[in-house]
Amino acid sequence: MSHAPHGPRALDAEGLAALVDALVAAGYRVLGPAVKGGAIVYDEVASGKELPRGFTEDQDAGRYRLGRRDDEAFFGFAVGPTSWKRFLHPPDLLRFRASREGHGFAVEPADGAPTSLALLGVRPCDLAAIARQDRVLLGGPYADPAYAARRTEAFVVAVQCTEPGGTCFCASMGTGPRAESGFDLALTEGPASAFVVEVGSSRGAELLGRVPNRPAAADEVAAARAATDAARGKMGRTLETAGLKEALQAAAESPRWEAVAGRCLSCANCTLACPTCFCTTVEDTTDVTGGRAERWRRWDSCFSLDFSYIHGGSVRRTPSSRYRQWLTHKLASWHDQFGEPGCVGCGRCITWCPAGIDLTEEARAVARGPVPAKAARKE
Amino acid sequence: MPRREKPKLAVFKLASCDGCQLSLLDCEDELLAVAGEVEIASFLEASRAVVKGPYDLVLVEGSITTPHDAERIHQVRRAARFLVTIGACATAGGIQALRNSKDVHEFARYVYPSPQYLETLNKSTPIVDHVFVDFELRGCPVSKRQLLEVLSAFLAGRKPVVPTYSVCVECKRRGTPCVMVARGTPCLGPVTQAGCGAICPAYERGCYGCFGPMESPNTASLARTLGDHGVDAPGLVRAFRSFNAGADPFRRESEIHEQT
Repeated sequence: MSHAPHGPRALDAEGLAALVDALVAAGYRVLGPAVKGGAIVYDEVASGKELPRGFTEDQDAGRYRLGRRDDEAFFGFAVGPTSWKRFLHPPDLLRFRASREGHGFAVEPADGAPTSLALLGVRPCDLAAIARQDRVLLGGPYADPAYAARRTEAFVVAVQCTEPGGTCFCASMGTGPRAESGFDLALTEGPASAFVVEVGSSRGAELLGRVPNRPAAADEVAAARAATDAARGKMGRTLETAGLKEALQAAAESPRWEAVAGRCLSCANCTLACPTCFCTTVEDTTDVTGGRAERWRRWDSCFSLDFSYIHGGSVRRTPSSRYRQWLTHKLASWHDQFGEPGCVGCGRCITWCPAGIDLTEEARAVARGPVPAKAARKE
Repeated sequence: MPRREKPKLAVFKLASCDGCQLSLLDCEDELLAVAGEVEIASFLEASRAVVKGPYDLVLVEGSITTPHDAERIHQVRRAARFLVTIGACATAGGIQALRNSKDVHEFARYVYPSPQYLETLNKSTPIVDHVFVDFELRGCPVSKRQLLEVLSAFLAGRKPVVPTYSVCVECKRRGTPCVMVARGTPCLGPVTQAGCGAICPAYERGCYGCFGPMESPNTASLARTLGDHGVDAPGLVRAFRSFNAGADPFRRESEIHEQT
């Protein structure tokens, strides 16, 4: 703590590249923005020179278009299709291999500890999403060692939001556009890619000390703060959360669930794009000889029929029941389980729904809509 | 451990292109292991030597398009302890089910100088319309990985891991940005069963629906979305009427747009 610099610091574009290189040199696998498949994804960044510049995007329900900015900004976009759970809670994870030995079998554990991760460009909504997953996967009765092995040592470079996207509503969910904690370093990008840097940990300070930086000027700090404050009013979506949990839980029989099922593809895109959805399934396979077996854990979704399959069949057979399960879990029953909503307002489920279903619109309609008499009678 | 007798495997072909049974030969690295675990009793694509039935496991490729095959499939069923149909032809009627919405005899007049010698049925139908099928493996062609999984599961006496959710799940797991959302490229992924590993979107193409309808396909909603991306009614008919044209959800959706 003694060598943590006091007050905000400032970095320029070269300083940012040097920061990436310092993380690589320190042995981290650095993950950050990359342009791939017509979108800004998160992928491995081998050096500071690789960071894309001058990109932006246009987002709306069911629509994402990569675009060019008229400046060379590093972080001139909102969140894309990738969320950090891809790296902290991987989509396909080998749990163990087993091989037949005589009349028994021997179990080989899955590969050892993964390389330490550095997450570069984590938005405040995604910091909140990581905190939601921490709550489920780091502690409590179902702690997941595979998650802990990736999460505990992860170095987090957050980027405060100054230009929210068309489907963003973090301001409604209280998760952004500015993060005050949960990072090692937090950057706010200013004009000409001058960054104001907030230091959130001693190892953040230590790393920053290895790259060229200077104290931030008072007007730079004020401008950064003003930019994130202004972002609050630029959200593409809003959601009134007061009373929402109770209203949704009282609307189990709302006709809106059937209406949305007419559009819902049950394709599972929303759940897999969601940064807090954590559900997985387990697949056991054997090889042709029957001599070797593997157990894999894979991302699953409450939109699949198999998800609610128990003896006798699937509990949630209809798309309306599956959509209702998902939306009410995110916005209502997550409160009962974890004392907060499961939604952080990142807007991914809205953008990446091929049918363009808007969670904020559906939640509003269900909460506001006519509740049939039989639902009102419930307890 | 005393070696049990190896199960007898037979592969039969009806109206089809042979691509699915070739997937078995294409299991290069695993082919010897397969041959070590089963007695390949009848597999004309691989060998002329044929061992008589009954067989423990029968793989059937192809659809029923002739009166002869409609008879023969009953013989195949009688000789099979466990019958698995492989590929879009055997599970949905295949591309040749395009005849189902037209007059096949008219086609025959255009193609053959003496069509009176042809004996063909008005419709191309999947095996399950004729005999009991123990397991259906989708795809045009089937995935080699899934074929091996079905064989391995059969040999181990367990249920095969062959999910019935959408192709979108595979795109998301492999990290492919949605081609429909990010590029406006029409894609059948949301209504198509997973299994191929989401190959086409990884190459920036939309899904063609080779693996047929997923477990709860909302083709009407997808058709509206495709319409928003510029696909007109004839385009929608063509999209749903390809390798799995005979699969009910796809057939019904194509008929709706034929009428508009």
